[in-house]
Amino acid sequence: MLDDFMLRAIFAGVGLSLVAGPLGSFVVWRRMAYFGDATAHAAILGVALALAFSISVTIGALVVALAVGLSVSALSGRGHSADTTIGVISHSALALGLVAISFVKGVRVDLNALLFGDILTVTSAEVLWVWAGSILALLLLVWRWSALLTATLNEELAASAGINARREGMILTLVLAAVVAIALKLIGALLIAALLIVPAAAARGFARSPEMMAVLATVFGTVATVIGVLASYALDTPTGPTIVVAAGCLYGLSLVVGSD
Amino acid sequence: MNLIETREMSIHYGDEVVLENVNFGISSGEIVTLVGPNGSGKSTLVRALLGVVPISNGSVVKQDGLKIGYVPQKLMIDKTMPLSVARFLALPGQKPTSETDAVMARLGIVGLQDRQMSELSGGQFQRILLARALLAQPEILILDEPTQGLDQPGVAAFYRIIEEVRQDLGCAILLVSHDLHVVMSASDRVICLNGHVCCEGSPQVVSAAPEYRALFGVGTGGTLALYRHDHDHEHGHTHEEADNAG
Repeated sequence: MLDDFMLRAIFAGVGLSLVAGPLGSFVVWRRMAYFGDATAHAAILGVALALAFSISVTIGALVVALAVGLSVSALSGRGHSADTTIGVISHSALALGLVAISFVKGVRVDLNALLFGDILTVTSAEVLWVWAGSILALLLLVWRWSALLTATLNEELAASAGINARREGMILTLVLAAVVAIALKLIGALLIAALLIVPAAAARGFARSPEMMAVLATVFGTVATVIGVLASYALDTPTGPTIVVAAGCLYGLSLVVGSD
Repeated sequence: MNLIETREMSIHYGDEVVLENVNFGISSGEIVTLVGPNGSGKSTLVRALLGVVPISNGSVVKQDGLKIGYVPQKLMIDKTMPLSVARFLALPGQKPTSETDAVMARLGIVGLQDRQMSELSGGQFQRILLARALLAQPEILILDEPTQGLDQPGVAAFYRIIEEVRQDLGCAILLVSHDLHVVMSASDRVICLNGHVCCEGSPQVVSAAPEYRALFGVGTGGTLALYRHDHDHEHGHTHEEADNAG
């Protein structure tokens, strides 16, 4: 049967998928893939700062991811070329984070775990935190769902209905930062965006409504987590990347089987 | 009392002056057509009325709780978003089925509910956009170049529907157009915009105004062809309209 550590890994991954499905759908619809990467990369810098100031790594990751997410939206909103701006910030944050971590004295940091996650070592308490954070972020998305959808379609259309598209965008950035902070330990900074985008993209092929796509993305994320954890155990491969490979296979399958 | 108005409003993007000292207002039940060449600030004025663009000087004042129906110039729905007509019409809030059915019957688009937005023809798409705007039970309907991409019979049919709908609802209408061949004959006022209000008045007055002729005279020979019902039976394209569409 499954070992405890594998069960914990699966529970953690499933908890994360709860919010990753709907959030990932928005990331896909709004073409924020690169933006998601930037926010995730920034979390590394957050970890470095958290270690330097001896505060919680999760809080550090959350704060810096949020700060970078909000500044990127502000910059791209002001007519800077979004693509280039995000690229510069994304990679600078990652590199700066890695440099900063090398300065932190007295702490041995597992870079591999930061970049690719270490889902097999999650504790029961951490699983609980993942679920709590994930459900909270999901509730926020559900609460704002209609407004977010309208704002995603068109800023003016949203405004005519009294919805401030910018504010909705900030809420999405907040949820994204929270998910990055939650997912950092599980899947690592480099693969967080993959876990958002790939299941959502796979769900697109089967969905007839935004809601159905969000739910299916969660289902696919869950399936990829279970397959990924089991396969990485059987094949002795790194778990985070194996989960993403499983999600990628689901996407490939959706291209063949999907109807839309 | 205007439903919505701008008071000496100016909008600058950096050093570029998009709109300068615009006093614009529309009152209950009024039909106003806003014409102007591309880049004259028409869409910016609409965006300012909707409150999505920062105003450099002056102000926008609207009645408390004003219900706005908005038909955008273009609505790009990312093809990664699955969206049925019924779901779109229910954004941002679910409407009673009876109302949705009534509006769809009114616009001649019954039976499209289950179709995906991406499967619609241009004419159907525009009518769905209009249907969604009408479901807000607007006091003012703002149409930003709503007939882009429609062929001429499609344009005529669309304006006929708008006139009918407005007779039913009695809402104010703000129609934005760069197509000077098609200005609603029912317009109470035409406003000619080019960074500022060049001239305004009844369609006949504006078409005769020297400012208007100076702005549009070259391309159109100074004529303002008003859309009239007797255009309904023309199904051909004129050369000029074909050129404009391209």
